[in-house]
Amino acid sequence: MTQQPGDATNAVAASARDLIKVYGKGEAEVRALDGVTVDLMQGEFTAIMGPSGSGKSTLMHCLAALDTPTSGEAVVDGTSLGKLKDKDLTTLRRERVGFVFQSFNLVPTLSAEENILLPLSLAGRKPDRAWFDQVVDAVGLRPRLGHRPSEMSGGQQQRVACARALVSQPRIVFADEPTGNLDSTSSAEVLGFLRRSVDEFGQTVVMVTHDPVAASYTDRVLFLADGVIVDELRSPDRDQILAKMASLQDAAVKKAAS
Amino acid sequence: MLLLTWRNLLARKVRLLMSTLAIVLGIGFLAGVMTFSTGLNATFQNIVSGSTPDGLVRPAGDVSGANAGVATTQLITPADIDKIGALPEVAAATGSVDGFGSFLLGKDDKLVGGQGAPTLAFNYAPGENMAGDEVLELSQGGWPEKPGEVTLDTSSAERGGYDIGDTVTMIVPTEVQDPRRTFTLVGTADFNGGGTAGATLVLLDTSEAQEIFLGGEDAFTSVALTAADGVSQTQLADAADAVVPGGFTAVTGDKVVKETQDQIGQFLDVISIFLTTFAVIAIVVGAFIIFNTFSILVSQRVRESALLRALGASKKQVTRSVLIEAFLMAVVGATLGLLLGLGLSRLLAGLFRTFGLDIAGDVLTLTPFTIIAGYVVGILVTMVAAFVPARRAAKVPPVAAMRDDLVVQEKGMGRRLVLGSIAMAVGVALAAAGLVGAPGTDAIWIGAGAVIWVITTAVLAPVLGHPVLVACRAVFGRLFGTAGLLAGENALRNPRRTGATASALMIGLAVVSAVGVLASSLSATNDKVVDDQFKSDFLVQMPTFQGFPSGFGDRMQDVDGVDLVSRQQGTPVSVDVDGTPDQTFAIGVDPGFFEIYDLTMIDGTDQISGHQTLLSEGRADDLKAGPGDTIDVEFPGGKKIPLEVVGVFEDTPTTGGITFPLSVLADAGIKRSDSTLSITLADGADRATVKRDLEDVVKDLPILSVQDKEEFKELISGQVNQLLYVIYGLLALAVVIAVIGIVNTLGLSVLERTREIGLLRAVGLSRRKLRTMITLESVAIALLGAVLGMVVGLVIGVVLRQSLKDDLTVLSLPVSNLLIFLVVAVIFGVLAAIVPAIRASRMKVLAAIATE
Ligand SMILES: Nc1ncnc2c1ncn2[C@@H]1O[C@H](COP(=O)(O)OP(=O)(O)O)[C@@H](O)[C@H]1O
Ligand SMILES: [Mg+2]
Repeated sequence: MTQQPGDATNAVAASARDLIKVYGKGEAEVRALDGVTVDLMQGEFTAIMGPSGSGKSTLMHCLAALDTPTSGEAVVDGTSLGKLKDKDLTTLRRERVGFVFQSFNLVPTLSAEENILLPLSLAGRKPDRAWFDQVVDAVGLRPRLGHRPSEMSGGQQQRVACARALVSQPRIVFADEPTGNLDSTSSAEVLGFLRRSVDEFGQTVVMVTHDPVAASYTDRVLFLADGVIVDELRSPDRDQILAKMASLQDAAVKKAAS
Repeated sequence: MLLLTWRNLLARKVRLLMSTLAIVLGIGFLAGVMTFSTGLNATFQNIVSGSTPDGLVRPAGDVSGANAGVATTQLITPADIDKIGALPEVAAATGSVDGFGSFLLGKDDKLVGGQGAPTLAFNYAPGENMAGDEVLELSQGGWPEKPGEVTLDTSSAERGGYDIGDTVTMIVPTEVQDPRRTFTLVGTADFNGGGTAGATLVLLDTSEAQEIFLGGEDAFTSVALTAADGVSQTQLADAADAVVPGGFTAVTGDKVVKETQDQIGQFLDVISIFLTTFAVIAIVVGAFIIFNTFSILVSQRVRESALLRALGASKKQVTRSVLIEAFLMAVVGATLGLLLGLGLSRLLAGLFRTFGLDIAGDVLTLTPFTIIAGYVVGILVTMVAAFVPARRAAKVPPVAAMRDDLVVQEKGMGRRLVLGSIAMAVGVALAAAGLVGAPGTDAIWIGAGAVIWVITTAVLAPVLGHPVLVACRAVFGRLFGTAGLLAGENALRNPRRTGATASALMIGLAVVSAVGVLASSLSATNDKVVDDQFKSDFLVQMPTFQGFPSGFGDRMQDVDGVDLVSRQQGTPVSVDVDGTPDQTFAIGVDPGFFEIYDLTMIDGTDQISGHQTLLSEGRADDLKAGPGDTIDVEFPGGKKIPLEVVGVFEDTPTTGGITFPLSVLADAGIKRSDSTLSITLADGADRATVKRDLEDVVKDLPILSVQDKEEFKELISGQVNQLLYVIYGLLALAVVIAVIGIVNTLGLSVLERTREIGLLRAVGLSRRKLRTMITLESVAIALLGAVLGMVVGLVIGVVLRQSLKDDLTVLSLPVSNLLIFLVVAVIFGVLAAIVPAIRASRMKVLAAIATE
């Protein structure tokens, strides 16, 4: 699970500079992000981990141009998001970012194929047929292309979502707990595919998860607690991750007790 | 994106079908009304141009007595006609004898043709219309060739139940004892343009027509002219005019056509505006339904919209996709609506046929204008109604796709309340301006205020409706336990949705209630007027207020127990108001009139004789005339008589604005007939016996009735009610559309609450209780709409009555009607819930819970 030689490994796909996101006011104030600075590398599979409520999703939303931070700067593919208007953010999402969500990934009224091609048809772009075929074969969905989401299992649906995220050849793919609703077999299929997309297509993938097994598929794991990055691991295995998580959990429990 | 729109439409077929239905019905109504109006116009157009010759010699003057059935005594002799016929410009001159005051009776002895369209009796003579075709076309049998023969129009013969060879009974305006005459039906014929528009045609042999209508004189009342080759209508009329006898004039066919069309046009315009008003109401109600459906659909698709936004759909794309959905729906709805309209116009035509107005089926076609109007209105209304929800869909933040807490924040009602209150105040100000007599028509000011009130009430329905819904919850909870309470909560939990759904019904009921107040006040006013003014014991009149032979009055005078029979004869006249001729109605009265009625004199005396006249206060103002002045009155036939004003009386429905002795009519060359007889009882006479004897006199003229005060009241309130029922019938469509809206909202709410319903079922809510719950929610919405509508409608009705207080002197609230409406609203609520309730109760508990 190493990076392919010759890749522009040092290039930054997305980065955060002192990101702060505050929800609510006064008593109800929640600092979901409390000064996050991080670089996400191109061609890397990065996991963001942390206890529930630690700000993982918020970080991802801010990096993926879905939400705006209270302060700080988010940069995607060299573009600083802070100065962009809704229209430009939309274009950026459409052209340079791919998404896989935990649930409700697919438009129920469209077939698998139509769902996969949705970002392209939104942009009014013609699909690259060869690339489409390659992606579809990689997720193993060819026989299911004509099916509606309701006719597919959760794992199949997530794979359709993955294929959709890749088909527009974005600079970076964000996945928020993509295996959160799946059983272990389906999870393995989805994670395997994301791994392959990094290895074979040189895709950049950022995944939020709290599952150590899922995180063990990645090249790099960032640990988040109370809205700050507290640690990181490179090419981790399951046990390392478990240990890290356990210590974070302890710290959280202690902090809550004090 | 188009694909997605298309799929969304298909996926929500049933839900959208209901909203499409709102468009279908609205546009259907509009198209139906337009088609019907066009057909009505075409029918008259065809008949008018098909029955008018190149030129016409007729009595001179501007006042046409024909419509009021007033006959003049001016005649033209055969020698005069020969003189006209000898002119080189004239190819043919055909004398006609036009008779008024005859009626055709059917085999069942009932009047044929109802009371709307006239009976045209005249001598048959061949003649060409402007286009060179025969004016009359025989459809069966032959023309009348000798006395005792008659040819009728096809439809009247059919309605009377007559076949060729049958004996036909008619009432003719003779002075002799028996006005009944029998003829042998020898044929049926129609105007060249097709049909008769409901008029009854009675074609007689010339000598018999002269005997009946002209007392046997060999003369004619008018002459139809056909131009020689190459002679224009103007040349024809000018040439003929030079030789016509005094009191007559020759006019072009075009002029006759234009005059007729102007007269009919006004009447047709009124019908078309009247009907269009209701189409507009239906469409406005439909717009509410569409708005509501899209609001709900959009809120149910928050996640989908957010997903699209996250995947890079621009706001515009999301808005557009909803709008395209609306557009496609509108196109489908308008198409179906146009077809429905065609059917509806046939139905309307059928309805009018029963009132005696025949409209040929082949003129009821969708004109390009109707089709374009249908699509434009349908698409515009739908798109406008869907615009706000579409914008809302685009405003969904992309993050919403990933957050579980999907509550899209709704703005508070505060701003709405403030703006609404301001709008209400503006409405009040407008209505007040109308009441205190701002320039222009009061009704326009008040109408503008009313429209603002209705719209504001719709916008504020979520707030204004709160107390009603809270009351519903309390009552339902008491009566139906938990299911009732849950129903109340459900109606309360999304006030916007409940309010918008109820608003559709509110509009319908507001109009119904306002009309109800006016109708009820009108009836009450009429009762009062009759009580005040009905001074005689009996009144004898035709329901159409046409004239009838004066022989009846003569015979009634001889009935035992009758003290006095006062004769009144009405006629249209023309007077000069500020330099322009003004058509009005004048009444000639006998001296007995003043023995029965006390006119309240403001000025001068009510003692009139010779060429003297009384004026009502209103008329005197118009004419700027008072006692001592002389006014010029022009009568049908063209005679002008100067009348000396001797008195001015307070306005009253008892007599016309210009009232003079009967002798004036005779001097004006108007044939004697009566339009009203006022009869008083001799002292000690038995009312019932006298009435029976009087009725015996008119038994040969079945439509002439002897009424006492109560019967007269009933007659008038019957007419008011008839109109009221027609209006209610037309408004029913708007109410039906509103009910569809409730079905739609409930259906969507049930779908949205699938999980919750599953949960309720899982914890033990029975199917029956579930159905009760949904039915009660529906009833709450219906009641809310009804209550708001009635309150608004009552206010509007009362204000309108106030502005009309000169005519509607009594204010009366239709309390019992309002209670009925409330009950009907509850019934509609129950009906609207049937399908959604069944759907909800059929949900499988587990599947419902598993639904995401
Ligand atoms: N829309 C919101 N409004 C208020 N608080 C929020 C909102 N979204 C997230 N939060 C809060 O921000 C914190 C971080 O949330 P999130 O990023 O979703 O955490 P994670 O994904 O790590 O579980 C949590 O305490 C959460 O309650
Ligand atoms: Mg999360």
